[in-house]
Amino acid sequence: MESKVAYETDLNLKATELRLGLPGTDDSEEQALFNARNNKRSFPDASGECGSKSCSDAQHADNETAPPAKAQIVGWPPIRSYRKNNLQPKKTEAEAAGIFVKVSMDGAPYLRKIDLRTYNGYPELLKSLENMFKFTIGAYSEREGYKGSEYAPTYEDKDGDWMLVGDVPWDMFIVSCNRLRIMKGSEARGLGCSV
Amino acid sequence: MNYFPDEVLEHVFDVVTSHRDRNAVSLVCKLWYRVERFSRQRVFIGNCYAISPQRLIERFPGLKSLTLKGKPHFADFNLVPHDWGGYVQPWIKALARSRIGLEELRLKRMLVSDESLELLSRSFANFKSLVLVSCEGFTTAGLAAIAANWMNYFPDEVLEHVFDVVTSHRDRNAVSLVCKLWYRVERFSRLFIGNCYAISPQRLIERFPGLKSLTLKGKPHFADFNLVPHDWGGYVQPWIKALARSRIGLEELRLKRMLVSDESLELLSRSFANFKSLVLVSCEGFTTAGLAAIAANCRFLRELDLQENEIDDHSGHWLSCFPDTCTSLISLNFACLKGEINLAALERLVARSPNLKSLRLNRAVPLETLQKILMQAPQLADLGTGSYVHDPDSETYNKLKATILKCKSIRNLSGFLEVAPRCLPAFYPICMNLTSLNLSYAAGIHGSELIKLISHCAKLQRLWILDCIGDKGLEVVASTCKELQELRVFPSDPFGVGHAAVTESGLVAISIGCPKLHSVLYFCQQMTNAALMTVAKNCPNFIRFRLCILEPTKPDPSTMQPLDDGFGAIVQSCKQLRRLSMTGLLTDQVFLYIGMYAEQLEMLSIAFAGDSDKGMLYVLNGCKKLRKLEIRDCPFGNVALLRDVGKYETMRSLWMSSCEVTLGGCKTLAKKMPRLNVEIINENDQMELGPEDGQRVDRMYLYRTLVGPRKDAPEFVWTL
Repeated sequence: MESKVAYETDLNLKATELRLGLPGTDDSEEQALFNARNNKRSFPDASGECGSKSCSDAQHADNETAPPAKAQIVGWPPIRSYRKNNLQPKKTEAEAAGIFVKVSMDGAPYLRKIDLRTYNGYPELLKSLENMFKFTIGAYSEREGYKGSEYAPTYEDKDGDWMLVGDVPWDMFIVSCNRLRIMKGSEARGLGCSV
Repeated sequence: MNYFPDEVLEHVFDVVTSHRDRNAVSLVCKLWYRVERFSRQRVFIGNCYAISPQRLIERFPGLKSLTLKGKPHFADFNLVPHDWGGYVQPWIKALARSRIGLEELRLKRMLVSDESLELLSRSFANFKSLVLVSCEGFTTAGLAAIAANWMNYFPDEVLEHVFDVVTSHRDRNAVSLVCKLWYRVERFSRLFIGNCYAISPQRLIERFPGLKSLTLKGKPHFADFNLVPHDWGGYVQPWIKALARSRIGLEELRLKRMLVSDESLELLSRSFANFKSLVLVSCEGFTTAGLAAIAANCRFLRELDLQENEIDDHSGHWLSCFPDTCTSLISLNFACLKGEINLAALERLVARSPNLKSLRLNRAVPLETLQKILMQAPQLADLGTGSYVHDPDSETYNKLKATILKCKSIRNLSGFLEVAPRCLPAFYPICMNLTSLNLSYAAGIHGSELIKLISHCAKLQRLWILDCIGDKGLEVVASTCKELQELRVFPSDPFGVGHAAVTESGLVAISIGCPKLHSVLYFCQQMTNAALMTVAKNCPNFIRFRLCILEPTKPDPSTMQPLDDGFGAIVQSCKQLRRLSMTGLLTDQVFLYIGMYAEQLEMLSIAFAGDSDKGMLYVLNGCKKLRKLEIRDCPFGNVALLRDVGKYETMRSLWMSSCEVTLGGCKTLAKKMPRLNVEIINENDQMELGPEDGQRVDRMYLYRTLVGPRKDAPEFVWTL
């Protein structure tokens, strides 16, 4: 196709280009189309264009695989800045500040990891743990812990102590929790017993 | 006869000639006789001498819209003497004498006198539209008569119409023509100025002393996407200063994409005793201090509507600045404010505003406060929630559920800027009343919860959502929302690694299920020609169609072909299409289709499309009603730009960025067209090396204007 030919007459950057894609992935068709657009431009040294915000942004596209290319093009996709700013931070905030902790269950062969930020409170967390490990926990009460249950959810706090899940306010919990352990059997009951 | 299009007489003649019957006349007479019962309202006469006014009036007593053509086409090229014929006077006289309630008159290549125009303006009470193309014989006196008698019927866009009349004259004295026209239009009280640089505040004030409501737009549309520097222009200060100094009793001000300072807001708040309504959309440059001034000083304020503005939040105290005597609020929207709000002041304000119909809160207003507010204002018709997070097992939430049941007037729901989806069911009972739902900022509601909510909203006419609803979710919308007229699907993850949120099948489902759909904005991962053709067939009533495929230049994935045929089908089928945005792999062919079929198109947005100048030329030649054209990253250059320079005076503006036009081309254009401002934006170093005519221009924005180059252009904006 003409676009590929056009690309060939270029400085053959393709041979030396750094790409973020997996070896063997070939976005060449799409990027060749990009280049067909951009080839009409006089083509100064690519690195020289790096600094400027304007037309060369589209050229940056052929140095990376398609998804990051979107982020490189100024003003694309055509969404109002206000909307972009108000949607994005939420996501990146959540992803950046995710609180991932290990969860072990007595008797289970391997551990799991969960992000405490995805839950709004204890009920959601416990439900999720129940689903994950296929067990049931009784209702929490301050006096008696998880009464009537074979299991007790515990966590290791910043001081290294093992605490019962549910005693402190949720917001305090998620920042002080290092890891979770679901205790089973007599050990569990021992912790839950009021003295 | 029922199936004949407007061109009745052409068809009548066709029948006659195809019969080649010597008794053609009587045949025609018999045919016409039957047509009389047909309450024909629109008649097109391709040659005004083919029939007499009297005959026409007899046969079509229900006539409302008449198109007449006079001189032959070659008269355009000076091959026909001026006074050859084609006088409209006998027509207007005859119509005026009859009982016909003419509403529209369109004339082409006819001789029109002032006398005719005056007679016209006096004779038809319901007259709505006058279009004169390539006519002559009249002066501004005739136009003044029209202006004096009909201004009441013109839509808000007065200046657009003024420009249209001017350019169809190609009158060198256009400016004075416009001035004289305006001179008579004193009574005009609502003005819409689509480009604040098309005219100066002083001129406007002189011509429209009765002005009460003013709408101004500043930056070009592509400023929304960071393609225009912040301080490019669009300052409202000179306008407010000039208005404040005048005797104008301004009551309403609506601004879009303008730079607004606290100083301007303070001046505004102090200068107009009857000021009632301030609407700011996508503006910036002000803080909550400016809002405080508005709140404190506008004693009869009814509406304060802030949509998607970037506002510096200094404190939440501006709300407390509404005096206790202020009880006139009807509409309050501060959803875009990022900071804290004085909640007690808000509750008190709502409590003393019995007329409050529309309230949109920001993130800082928690659910508890929402519940208290709704208790005070069950009459709300439009609600935007703030933070909608709570424990669904709590008493507060139960109270809210009960309160919402009383809010039977809510038709418009939005917000959910922060949301706990398990609290959404509180709204289910009123969902069936909703006609408008905007969840496009509710990133916290996932697909399945979205679907559950929407499945309760059978009366929705307008829906704005995020693409996490998915194709399946759109199918639910299609089967639930049969009244849907407008749909906008925004990307929830604009730069994300495409987990295919919505594709062509979602749009197709909507097109099948929602027969009343007329406006679409659709961000998707991919689109096919087949889908577009199906949508075109199902929805011939589109007025606005904006499609954004997140990957630019992406072809139809099933055929790897460009999307030319798909969009071609859209413009061919949707004869009322006024606004179109296109993306995907597109060649010159799609522009040929647009030029051929998109007769009503007023605004076109193009990105990464086309192969050559031909593309742009097809559009400029074909789309007679084009007002705004915005192009980025397309291979259109000087040939296309300079072919028909007169065209740009018929348009509001043209934007071209990252195209092939050069500085020399822009200079040529600017020289030929003194009534256009041709602005070049240079922020980078390219031009510093000495601007050469052969150099490509990064961003060009041109627009028609009555007042020459603007004086407030920053350094990096050159007006050629």
